[in-house]
Amino acid sequence: MEEILVVKNLKKYFVKKGLTGADKEITRIADGISFSIKNAETFVLAGESGSGKTTIARMILRALEPDSGTIIFDGQEITNQEDHLKKIRLGCQMVHQDPYASINPRMTVLDIVKEPLEIHRIGNKEERNRLASHALSQVKLEPVDDIISKYPHMLSGGQRQRVAIARAIVTNPKLVIADEPVSMLDVSVRIGILELIKELQEIHGISFLYITHDLSTASYIGHMIAILYRGKIVETGPINEVLSSPRHPYTQALLDSISNPDPDNLHRDHKIRINESSGINEYQGCRFRARCPYAIEKCKQEPELEKISEKRQVACFVKIN
Amino acid sequence: MVTLSVNDLVVRYQSQGKDVQAVDHVSFSCKDNESIGIAGESGCGKSTLGLAIMKTLQGNASVAGEILLDGRSILPMPDTEFTKEIRWKKVSMVFQGAMNSLDPVFTIKKQFEEILKKHNFGGDHKQAIEYAMSSVGLAHSVLDKYPHEISGGMKQRVIIAMALILKPKMLIADEPTTALDVLVQAQIMILLKKLKKEGLSIMLISHDLGIISEIAEKVGIMYAGQIVEFGNMEDIYKNPKHPYTIALLDSIPKLNETKKIIPLKGNPPSLVNPPSGCRFYDRCPQAMEKCKKEPPKIKTASGFVMCWLHE
Repeated sequence: MEEILVVKNLKKYFVKKGLTGADKEITRIADGISFSIKNAETFVLAGESGSGKTTIARMILRALEPDSGTIIFDGQEITNQEDHLKKIRLGCQMVHQDPYASINPRMTVLDIVKEPLEIHRIGNKEERNRLASHALSQVKLEPVDDIISKYPHMLSGGQRQRVAIARAIVTNPKLVIADEPVSMLDVSVRIGILELIKELQEIHGISFLYITHDLSTASYIGHMIAILYRGKIVETGPINEVLSSPRHPYTQALLDSISNPDPDNLHRDHKIRINESSGINEYQGCRFRARCPYAIEKCKQEPELEKISEKRQVACFVKIN
Repeated sequence: MVTLSVNDLVVRYQSQGKDVQAVDHVSFSCKDNESIGIAGESGCGKSTLGLAIMKTLQGNASVAGEILLDGRSILPMPDTEFTKEIRWKKVSMVFQGAMNSLDPVFTIKKQFEEILKKHNFGGDHKQAIEYAMSSVGLAHSVLDKYPHEISGGMKQRVIIAMALILKPKMLIADEPTTALDVLVQAQIMILLKKLKKEGLSIMLISHDLGIISEIAEKVGIMYAGQIVEFGNMEDIYKNPKHPYTIALLDSIPKLNETKKIIPLKGNPPSLVNPPSGCRFYDRCPQAMEKCKKEPPKIKTASGFVMCWLHE
């Protein structure tokens, strides 16, 4: 299998200057991120808010300039050259978290979906309309003839998200970045969207970068996963292996925090293996050290990702199992 | 301890000349020392139900029916009497998104004192505040901080402490974990579990059946303004009867389970002109001709279900 996206050693620091300009506060939002996504595969980036998930997505699309690192999309390194930007912005599309904010309320569904075609000057007017209608039928917004003339306020949250997905697939992209696509939706419509993503992948071979904090939906559609903590990948590998036998204490804590709908929960103590943050400098040594229940002296050095099996890597000195 | 019983509660909103029936003939009750979970999707009326019990509905709402709290009917009670005797003293509420309602220009301590003043609290203020803070696991140093100085999880704890300061017997928590990080969510649930163990009854309003299973002995499933199934949590989770309950439980992806889930089609009906007959009719995989008529309330082992299938 060929790789559609390779990200190598991506770095981005945000600098917040104090009043005098002297006392700087640096947030290392992406600190040496490397991963790759294969064709027709769903890669999950998981972590809590502020861990850098969305920043990484924005850097891939060059909505944000990385400080350093390389991004190779479809065999081509992406720099600021115009033809490079065009290539990635045509071949890689994004679905945002909030379908109430990501589509223009003053445009009809047809105009929303064909806008990317207009921007990239694909086809003539009839072809664009045809492609847009086709995309709408692919995301199962039917009857298409009724939907195309509607405005977003006439649609439900799930339907809006389908419009956003139609807009993303209309240019026939190779990679779609889906940033928490179901977190704003009701439980009963979530599965419909996840099933749609799976189906589009099967039919068109689209690769997905699925960004989430919800490991349950991630395990439903993902193939590979990377767990992010404060701008660093702490664990990565095939999703079923990582989630069934987590090796990093942070992954373990994330799994502990899930409440499955299980009647036995009522009489069971819910425990998360995590400590209260003790406020030590998190950029010295392991970043999770302040909250880690297993921290040892060695954790004051910075752990790097190490191979523990063919496909899995973990950045932790302590061997938990 | 508190006993809550809601009989035939109807809440209507008047909005732009339209009549929105947000809560439609809802009845349920929970006994001493029991916690209850109300589950449903957005717009099903679950928050309105909580607000109706607190008597904090907006001006354009009209309420009918009966709510009994410890045997006292609270709906006909004048607001002054309700504030004096019940609100915050017997039952209090953590509103949805309440952590964003902390006033940014006052310290946490000032905001605690405001509540005590408003309720003419006679005892030792300092002691009451410190007791409430320690019951939610916050250090006293937080009291001198401003809201922007503390994290989201701490703000939510402060809000819970504020709801508990007059030692109510019952707490209505409306989506207490949304907008929080996964780990923090779980920590708030652990806190609610601990408070429950210490004798607090909790009415948890949420769309997340997972967190409800941590707290509630009784569960009500709401759909389009109605409670379509009610009963013991164990009965409902292990043996759901209403097709909507079944679909809702099925629609949650579980870890290490690769079973394909069949998504529910369609959307909930509008509450402006709800269809007659069963409200779930359009989406129900088992709909029959009979379902066009209003479904009866069928008694089950521990509650009821509103569905023709179980006639």
